[in-house]
Amino acid sequence: MTTTTTVPALAPRRGFGRFLLYAVAVAVLLVIVIPLTFSVLGGFRSNGQLAADPVGLPDPWVWSNYQTTLSNPAFYSQLRNSVVIALVATILVLPAASLAAFVIARYRFRGREVIYTLFTLGLLFPVAVAILPLFITLRQTGLLNNPLGVALPQAAFGLPLSIVILRPFFRSIPRDLEDAAAIDGCGPLRFYWSVMLPLSRPVLSTIAVLTIVGSWNAFLLPLLVLIQPDQWTLPIGVNNISAQYVTDTAAILAYTTLAMVPALVFYFIAQRQIVSGLTAGGVKG
Amino acid sequence: MTTQNNISASSRSGRVKGAPGVAPWPVIVGFLLPAVILYSVFVLYPITQSFRYSGFDWNGLEPLTNWVGFGNFQKAFADPLFIEAIRHNAIIIGLSLLLQIPFAVALAVLLNRNLRGKGVFRTMYFAPFVLSEVVTGVVWRQIYRPEGLFDQILASVGGQGLTHEWLADPNIVLYSLFFVISWKYFGFHMVLILAGLQLIPTELEEAAAIDGATWWQGFRYVTLPLLGPTIRVSMFLSIIGALQLFDLIWVTTKGGPVNASSTMATYLVDWAFRRGQFGYASAVSVIVFGLSLIVALFYQRFVLRRDLQGALTG
Repeated sequence: MTTTTTVPALAPRRGFGRFLLYAVAVAVLLVIVIPLTFSVLGGFRSNGQLAADPVGLPDPWVWSNYQTTLSNPAFYSQLRNSVVIALVATILVLPAASLAAFVIARYRFRGREVIYTLFTLGLLFPVAVAILPLFITLRQTGLLNNPLGVALPQAAFGLPLSIVILRPFFRSIPRDLEDAAAIDGCGPLRFYWSVMLPLSRPVLSTIAVLTIVGSWNAFLLPLLVLIQPDQWTLPIGVNNISAQYVTDTAAILAYTTLAMVPALVFYFIAQRQIVSGLTAGGVKG
Repeated sequence: MTTQNNISASSRSGRVKGAPGVAPWPVIVGFLLPAVILYSVFVLYPITQSFRYSGFDWNGLEPLTNWVGFGNFQKAFADPLFIEAIRHNAIIIGLSLLLQIPFAVALAVLLNRNLRGKGVFRTMYFAPFVLSEVVTGVVWRQIYRPEGLFDQILASVGGQGLTHEWLADPNIVLYSLFFVISWKYFGFHMVLILAGLQLIPTELEEAAAIDGATWWQGFRYVTLPLLGPTIRVSMFLSIIGALQLFDLIWVTTKGGPVNASSTMATYLVDWAFRRGQFGYASAVSVIVFGLSLIVALFYQRFVLRRDLQGALTG
C-alpha cells in the first residue's frame, strides 16, 4: 500500500466531529477485537466461569485448557500437516503461475486469450463446485488420505488469482530490457529466470502469501480427502474438537485460539504482501 | 495498454524470429505446460465431469449406467428445500450489497480522513479476513450460545428483552450468520475501497469545498463517482463469495435448524456425502456453476465493462 505518499484528505476542524469519528472507529474496533479476545480469554476459564460470566477477566486464570492442547500430539500433527500442505501448494503455484503468466503477458501466440480466459474463469468457481468429481479423481489415483490430494488441487485453484495478479506486472516491465537482453543473446528462459523473477520478487511473495493463507484455511477439501485423523489439518482438527467436546467450551476455545495464532502471527508479519496483493487484484484489475 | 500496442507493432513490422513479442512455439508450450496440466487435471476436468455425472442416477461407486437425462435438474428445481437454499444465498447477497458494502465504504472514507492511528484500525479491521471460516465459526458459535457473550453484552446495555436463540431460531439464524460474515469480510472490502480512495487526488474534493460544496456534496458528486470502479469490483467479489458460501455455515449450523440456513453448497455436500447421491449432487453443482457464470457474465457485461478491462476480458 502506498499510504505514505498520499496527501491526507480534509480532516474535520472542529473537536466534536473529530471525537465522533474516533468514537465510530473505536466502536468498530471493539466489535472486531471482542470475539478474538473472548476466544483467547475463554481458554483461560473453566466451563463454570464461561457459563456464569463470559465477559470479564478469568478469575482465577485456568491454565489447564491450554496445557491440555499443547500436550496433545494431535495438535502438533495437525499443525505439521497444515504447514506441509501450505508449503507444497506454494512451491507448486509459484513456478507454474509465473511461467504461464510470463508467456501470456509477453508473447503473442494463437489461443493466448482463450487460455487466459480459462484461467480467469477459475476465479468464479469454488472447490465446492468441482468437489465431487475431484473426490472421485483423487480416489481413483490413490490420493485420498494423502497430503498431495489436498496440496495439488489447492495449488490448481490458486492459479487463477496468481496469474491475474502476475500478468499486468509482467506486462509493465519495459520492453527495452527484453531487447537489451536479446541483443546479449538471452532467450526467453534466461530472460524469465535472470531478469523477470528477480524484478518480481515482491509480487511473487504476495502470491506465496495468498496461497499459504488460502491453503491454511481450506476446509471442505481436506475434510473430504483426509479421512485418517493423523492426516488432518488444523481446520479439520478444530471442527472435530468443537463437535466432539460439545459441552467443554473452554477446551474448544483453547484449541481454537492456538489454531488461530499461526495465521494471525503470519498476517502481522506479511501484512503488506497480503493487503497489496488483494488490492492490486481488485482496484486496477 | 501501451505494452500491447508495442507488442503488436513489433510483430507486424516482422522482426527477427525469437525477438521479444514472439517466441518459438516449443518455448510457449513448455512455459504453459505446468500450469495447464495442473489446472486441467484438478479444475477443468472435474468441472466437465460434473456435467457428465449430472445426467445419471448414481451413488458415486457403481458404474454409470442409469441415465436420467435432465431428471436430476427437474428434481432439483422441484425441491422446495433447494429453492430455499437459493433464496438464502440471495438474501446473503442482498444484505451484503445493502449493508456490508456501504458500511465498508463509510469506514474507508472515515479512515481516509487523516485519522490518527489509521494504520492500527486498518490492520485490525482486516485481521478477521485471514482467519479460517472454521475458526471464525467455532468461536462465534460459542459467542451466540444462549446466555453466552452476545446475550450478556446485550443485557449489559439494557437489551435483556432482545436475547434470542441466535443460531437455533429458524427466523433469525440467517441474519446471525450474516453478522458473522460481515464481521469477517467487511475489513477486506474496506481495505479495497481505501486503496481506491487513495487513487483519487484530494485536490478534487478541496476544489469542490472551495466552490462552496458541503462535505456531503463533495462526497456524493466527486468522491463516490470516482470510487465507482472499486465499489463495483468489491460488490462483484461479495456476490461471488455469497454464492459459494459453505465453510462457515457447515461449521456453525450445517444448514439448520430445519434448513433455515442452508445454502446451495451445503445442500450439495449434504446430498453427495451424507445421502450418497452423487449424480443428483452433480446436477446441483452444475446449477451453482451456471448461476455463478450467469452472474459473472451479466455483471461484466453491464456493470464492470470499463472497470475490469484487462482482468477478466484480457
